[in-house]
Amino acid sequence: MRTILFILQKEFTQIFRNKSMLPIMFVMPIVQLLVLSFAATFEMKNIKMHIVDLDKTPQSRAMISKFKGSKFYTIVNYSDAYKIAENDLKTNKADIILQIPQYFERNLSKEDKASVQLTINAINGSAAGLINAYTFSIIKDFNSNILMDTYGQKLEMPVQTNTSFWYNPQLDYKTYMVPGILVLLVTIIGLFLSAMNVVREKEIGTIEQINVTPIHKYQFITGKLLPFWIIAMFELAFGLLIAKIIFSLPVLGNVGVVFTVASIYILAILGLGLFISTITNTQQQAMFIAWFFMVIFILMSGLFTPIDSMPDWAQKLNIINPIAYFIKVMRMVLLKGASFKDVLNQIIALSIYAIVALTLAVRMYKKKI
Amino acid sequence: MKRFKGFVIKEFYHIFRDYRTMVILFGMPLVQILIFGFAISTEINNAGIAILDNSKDAVTQKITNKLLSSGYFKLEANLSDYKEIEPMFRKGNIKEVIIFENNFAKKLETEKKANIQIIADASDPNTASLITSYTSNIINNYQLEMMKNQQLPMQINPEVKMLYNEELKSVFMFVPGTITVLLMLISAMMTSISITREKELGTMEILLASPLKPIQIIVGKVVPYVFISFMIAVIILILGFTVFGMPVQGSLFLLMSECLLFILMALSLGILISTVTQTQQTAMMISMFALMLPTILLSGFIFPIENMPLPLQVFSNVIPPKWFIIIIKNIMLKGVGLGYIWKETLILLGMTLFFIVLSVKKFKIRLS
Repeated sequence: MRTILFILQKEFTQIFRNKSMLPIMFVMPIVQLLVLSFAATFEMKNIKMHIVDLDKTPQSRAMISKFKGSKFYTIVNYSDAYKIAENDLKTNKADIILQIPQYFERNLSKEDKASVQLTINAINGSAAGLINAYTFSIIKDFNSNILMDTYGQKLEMPVQTNTSFWYNPQLDYKTYMVPGILVLLVTIIGLFLSAMNVVREKEIGTIEQINVTPIHKYQFITGKLLPFWIIAMFELAFGLLIAKIIFSLPVLGNVGVVFTVASIYILAILGLGLFISTITNTQQQAMFIAWFFMVIFILMSGLFTPIDSMPDWAQKLNIINPIAYFIKVMRMVLLKGASFKDVLNQIIALSIYAIVALTLAVRMYKKKI
Repeated sequence: MKRFKGFVIKEFYHIFRDYRTMVILFGMPLVQILIFGFAISTEINNAGIAILDNSKDAVTQKITNKLLSSGYFKLEANLSDYKEIEPMFRKGNIKEVIIFENNFAKKLETEKKANIQIIADASDPNTASLITSYTSNIINNYQLEMMKNQQLPMQINPEVKMLYNEELKSVFMFVPGTITVLLMLISAMMTSISITREKELGTMEILLASPLKPIQIIVGKVVPYVFISFMIAVIILILGFTVFGMPVQGSLFLLMSECLLFILMALSLGILISTVTQTQQTAMMISMFALMLPTILLSGFIFPIENMPLPLQVFSNVIPPKWFIIIIKNIMLKGVGLGYIWKETLILLGMTLFFIVLSVKKFKIRLS
């Protein structure tokens, strides 16, 4: 036990005397959490619209003012030719062109049918889909307004749908992203610090000095892991606090559940990092291998895209993705108030992960050169 | 010059004999493109839903079938009580619950009015708003089909044209995005680490004491990575074109020159990082932490910059990948020439010069 304490002391001294690493470990994650959570949003606040009104009637103007009145749209330009408008789309001055054709008003009242043309810059497919949905709903609104004005009563479909959004009625995207980004930051810290740690001693040659001491394998590994475990847990706690204060992240579930799962998750990540560290010879190799797996894990984890939309085989691959488990747990517990029982499967999976990774790491670490 | 050539060859050996790193360097673009292309998608399909059918009649059955045959949804559970909804959501397998009211068909018949309630799990707001709008669209279409014979008065029909990307394929996002992220990270990370490595291991002294000029040392370190990064860009472009049909509408020569410019920018950033760090770990954490997430999140790769709060929009201007993504999207998808993107190109050029000047100033040829 005393041996472990001494190794711990050595590791902590080494961590805290490296003055250039301290801000990276403690300040950078928090800054990133603050900045990036605002960046990661799909909310369309400022759709730039170019209007080509070829009708110029009260009805067409009424429709335009409907868009003007919406806080989601900014009318950037008006013109009388589609060609000019398309150029705006090409130069990114506009996201969408609304073209109201000639005889729009006449067709609407005489033939009960009129069309408008929407042209959307669709390079970003998901943004285009959302712009499309917003625009449709505004036109639909406008449509039922004029029906109301003309017929004096609501004419609507017999089957009515009403929608309610649970857990996040304001559809605030930040509360969804913040737990995910927090997981990411803790993972980067844990995985990279542990992956580069032992291999650094190898590269510089100091591992031999440790190998000739009577320190046991398990003592050495514990001494290497515990400092990073403490740091990662601390950062998670600090990050959650900041998320709660700045982003008013709802914490519906029990924070104890989050920390229980986190303690296992971080063990799994550190085990993985240590395993990488033992099978590589240089820090560069260790870093690239850690980076490779992390990028894949992040992309597949459902952080940015819904897991449900992935094909079956890809969802099955996520069985070996620790980040996916933890992001899911964080979101379920924090945003939906899931209980210990609801996340039991994830806890079991992460525990197996941690045990396997740590066993492999201890096995692979040999006390010789 | 001969000395310099020898040094470059030594660097190539150094890099290429480390086969693990090589496998990852060239495996990375492959795996990323395949994941983006085949595994993840921002479109909704097979979203889990539950149905609470209080009426269980022919009409609700028809609407249910209509919803399930759309491909967007997958039925996870049939509920029988309102109280079951909350635990269902908490387990996290469903995104939406559709509730048909009592005597649905009868009410539709007699009162000409019936209600469907849609409850969405909005902890993921994006998916929630998309699937609810799909659901109500499907229900509306079903009704329009049912009453084909009677024309509703005064209907405005929006005709939509998705310009540049008719099928809303995500390939147009991820090919430019992946090129940008990989070039940025590999170039900056590799250079900064390989220079700090010499410092950390003490071999930098040997290099500095050699007759090679400092500038030759730096250029020699950088040349192999220019080569590797350029190869990676080519691999991604070929994969994007052959597997996913990502077009290059504009000039291929212009595209490759812009890639080269971006690589140079990232490399000079890497050199700058290496001049201010002492250990590989610090260099890596800076190039990893300070570059990776901003490159993914603030460049417009996944999240459109216009949606961000104003301070972040201003801040995104100093993120080089932002300009590069604009450039390659314009060349690849819109087919524009240099006339449209000279401004962005100049900005990248300016950043490159800035990084080079700064690192020359900071580069120490003496050891402390």
